[in-house]
Amino acid sequence: MRISSPTVSHAIVVRDLRKSYDGVEALRGISFEVGTGEVFGLLGPNGAGKTTTVEILEGYRSRDEGQVSVLGHDPGSHAPRALRERIGVVLQHTELTPVLTVREIHRLFAGYYAHPRDVDEVIEVVGLGEKRDARVKTLSGGQKRRLDLGVALVGDPDLVFLDEPTTGFDPTARRSAWEMIRALRSLGKTILLTTHYLDEAQQLADRVAVIRAGAIIGLGTPAELIGDTRRTEIRYRKDREQIVIETDDPTRILNELTSQALAAGQELSHLEVRRPTLEDVYLELVGDEKRA
Amino acid sequence: MTHLAHQLAFEQRIFWRSREAAVFIFIFPLMLYALLSSVYSDEINGVPAADFLLAGLFGYGAANTAFGGLAITLVIRREAGILKRLRSTPLPPWTYIAAVLLSTLLVFALQAAALLVLGSVAFGASMPANWLGFAGAIVLGVACFAGLGVGAVALIRSAEGVSAVVNVILLPMAFLSGSFGPTREFPAFLQAIADVLPLTYFLDIVNGVYLEGESLFADPKALGIVAAWGIAGLTVALRRFTWMPRER
Repeated sequence: MRISSPTVSHAIVVRDLRKSYDGVEALRGISFEVGTGEVFGLLGPNGAGKTTTVEILEGYRSRDEGQVSVLGHDPGSHAPRALRERIGVVLQHTELTPVLTVREIHRLFAGYYAHPRDVDEVIEVVGLGEKRDARVKTLSGGQKRRLDLGVALVGDPDLVFLDEPTTGFDPTARRSAWEMIRALRSLGKTILLTTHYLDEAQQLADRVAVIRAGAIIGLGTPAELIGDTRRTEIRYRKDREQIVIETDDPTRILNELTSQALAAGQELSHLEVRRPTLEDVYLELVGDEKRA
Repeated sequence: MTHLAHQLAFEQRIFWRSREAAVFIFIFPLMLYALLSSVYSDEINGVPAADFLLAGLFGYGAANTAFGGLAITLVIRREAGILKRLRSTPLPPWTYIAAVLLSTLLVFALQAAALLVLGSVAFGASMPANWLGFAGAIVLGVACFAGLGVGAVALIRSAEGVSAVVNVILLPMAFLSGSFGPTREFPAFLQAIADVLPLTYFLDIVNGVYLEGESLFADPKALGIVAAWGIAGLTVALRRFTWMPRER
């Protein structure tokens, strides 16, 4: 099945993708494109359809309707070999053979590809140099995720799928994973990333699709998504009470506030002017009632 | 071809390094042979006990390695997501399956050799009367029981119970088929069960080539039944086998 106008600059094209499980719609017609060399984030709560989308693109699941092109191929229900040569995959819940060492696992996977990268170099890139000869079963959770990433990179892929790559990481491990992902981007790799961490999407992704209940409810750069809501928050304290003003017209409001305060000789204590973060936008889009 | 050799080399490394598997699959049948041969010293069914048991444990070993070992390995790999992860690499699925089967065959061939050495050195067992037929029986046994093994993989849902399920099938089958001793005194209903089991017929074939120097194809009925079981397992596998973990 050919997609109407797949341009060379698109690594991934998804058009009106639909998928149901036992009559329940997991994807209700989603569309997006990922440009070559772009880091694209699929952001949404658990069960929104992120993994279903990614697994269709990886060729793990068949779709019910819609068109999908990944590096010019249709992944179908099992990606053709030419496509498998060019993608790297980090899945959410998979393990690797526990009795092999880090280096052996990399060599095992390197053997599957026509043009693999140097195994020792990849091990260094993912920061497992000191664990080179350690067996997989002795690695910590974070080290196992690095191993997953190393194994995904050993075939020198053009496109890397990362399904919640930092879930369960401590803050330090997350920072170093982010550094690795940025390093991949600077090599020109296209990256499709799913996450339910907003800061992760904001930090890493060139563009983000916010997905909820199988539909995309926001799509754009983090700045665009934030820009879509023009609201600015002005906070200060008056008589020990927190005042919050939400406005589309911050300049005028702020001018009025400061004029009044100056005229009255008062201090606007704890004055804060803040633009919404992606988190605020996300929670607004997703409609989380937990929002403060 | 290089993919196949590459995967086979790693399958062997993984097998011998997984101590539990190596002991359960490789050592256990040899251990049983040594134990049983120490207990039965005379003749069984008119042949020396060491020979009778060698054929019996050869049959049990084939089922244990190719049915038990394969089923356990593949279910654990499937549920751990190892098979799923492989599926997005360029390794062709059939190459992977071929490597796993060849690795199983290699393990059982080594076990059969070890059994012959142990039998002749420690218990004075005979060498095969028909070497070619004996080698053929190694391949036939692995093929039949591997077919049943992959069929079982398709039916077993979780990694937790796989070892128990496999052995609940394997040990009674080996007992009823006569791997561990004579079955002539068994009550009729047990013999009736034994009459449909693949291992019963596989042991007939093994006895033919090992003791009587018959051709592997001397008993078409037995051969047919063994093949039918293998094909039945394979059919289930072709319909139901999945690379994805079941409950995720």
